[in-house]
Amino acid sequence: MGWTRKDLLAMRDLDASEILLLVDTAASLQEIATREIKKVPALRGKTVVNLFYEASTRTRTSFEIAGKWLSADVVNFAASGSSTAKGESFVDTAKNIAAMSPDVVVVRHSSSGAAALLARELPCSIVNAGDGTHEHPTQALLDLLTIREKKGHVEGLHVAIVGDIAHSRVARSNIHGMRKLGMTVTVAGPPTLIPPFVQELGVKVSHRLDDAIRDVDVIMMLRLQHERMAAGLIPSLREYSRYWGLSLDRLARHARPDVLIMHPGPVNRGVELSPEVADGPYSVILDQVAKGVAVRMGVLLLLAGSKGGNGA
Amino acid sequence: MSSPARRFREKAQVLDETALDRALTRIAHEILERNGGATELAFVGLRTRGVTLAHRLAAKIAKIDGATLPVGTLDITLYRDDLAMRGTPVIRGTDIPFSIKGKTVVLVDDVLFTGRTIRAALDAIIDLGRPTAIQLATLIDRGHRELPIRPDYVGKNLPTSRRESVSVRLREHDGEDRVVIEEPEEV
Repeated sequence: MGWTRKDLLAMRDLDASEILLLVDTAASLQEIATREIKKVPALRGKTVVNLFYEASTRTRTSFEIAGKWLSADVVNFAASGSSTAKGESFVDTAKNIAAMSPDVVVVRHSSSGAAALLARELPCSIVNAGDGTHEHPTQALLDLLTIREKKGHVEGLHVAIVGDIAHSRVARSNIHGMRKLGMTVTVAGPPTLIPPFVQELGVKVSHRLDDAIRDVDVIMMLRLQHERMAAGLIPSLREYSRYWGLSLDRLARHARPDVLIMHPGPVNRGVELSPEVADGPYSVILDQVAKGVAVRMGVLLLLAGSKGGNGA
Repeated sequence: MSSPARRFREKAQVLDETALDRALTRIAHEILERNGGATELAFVGLRTRGVTLAHRLAAKIAKIDGATLPVGTLDITLYRDDLAMRGTPVIRGTDIPFSIKGKTVVLVDDVLFTGRTIRAALDAIIDLGRPTAIQLATLIDRGHRELPIRPDYVGKNLPTSRRESVSVRLREHDGEDRVVIEEPEEV
């Protein structure tokens, strides 16, 4: 069993053994973060380009740190201040970057399918760092690693994913990954934010937060994007917060005492999470961020450092 | 390393259980003699069988000298010079839960061959801190060095041909203690 893919585009493409290989590799690489000299020579001479067409703090920074800790040369491209501002198309920009012979291009774009398009067009490895409302596989991998380290295992666990499921690439990637690893998933949110036919992905649906968080091992809260209100999908932030916001009181009344609270960030404090919950003892939000670097190291190493990937 | 498709058969036994144990006892005495005791010594074993041998050497030194020496685990995959030639890298992690600064580190491996693994291990150790000295212990030295590296402690010098393979079998992994030379099966 090994890594044979050129690209990492979607959790939906992977089988359970590939997901576990990625998570195990990341788990072993975590030790590098505790070293005095945080650098190993594994990807010396490899070039990683971060091609980000959407704002990002955690993902871009952690890909950059991950690449640098593995000794790759990391170049950041931001759409603002580039030829994109002069009207160059996405594929043209990407082909120009590919002409400079990078080994891996990490791409984030607001259009679903952008990463798959590049994977077809470019000879180098492509990592999807979030494409529209489609997938965000490295987020799902770091969530799985966090859950496994905190709970000791993942199979058989029950996770509630709460909030704007319809527009969330984090939810979609996690649903695919969790189902493949034998976890039970309940999605919960107002009906306007639950996609139709979501049950076909093998999840349960709940429209009441108090029911959704009862007896689950993990609660994953999603960020509510403010533009959803402008689109008329929710009446007001205040109402959303009252029905779908997670407070300490609600946790104490309905959730298990050993529940984990996760959030992919950035947190809207006081909307989906009260500050006491975000900073509280159940919260593993900052563990998720730390695991993000290890997961991205694992992904870069398997894509650029293995015979099956682009490294040969 | 040979391609996984090649099959090997046993050609000769080099060490049996008693001889293997005697070799380790002698190495433990040599380590104490060379370093004038066990102060500021630490073992670092190379995954997988080097770690087991390091634990056995530490146990022998505890019996001889009474000192409990720390034993760390080193995974040199990220330091290999042939990383991209070896298929999917399997990272099992480095675990050295003590500071190597100011220590004499005895690096332990089962078989010393080209020296490339040890070259990678030296880089990996030095990235973790500055030890006073690094010494190398190996159960089998089979020759064919490609780098200027020599061991400080050797269980057995074993002239081999390049097409042969040396298999160190240890109770903890293989259910038996012995060392054999293997040769490729003729097709």
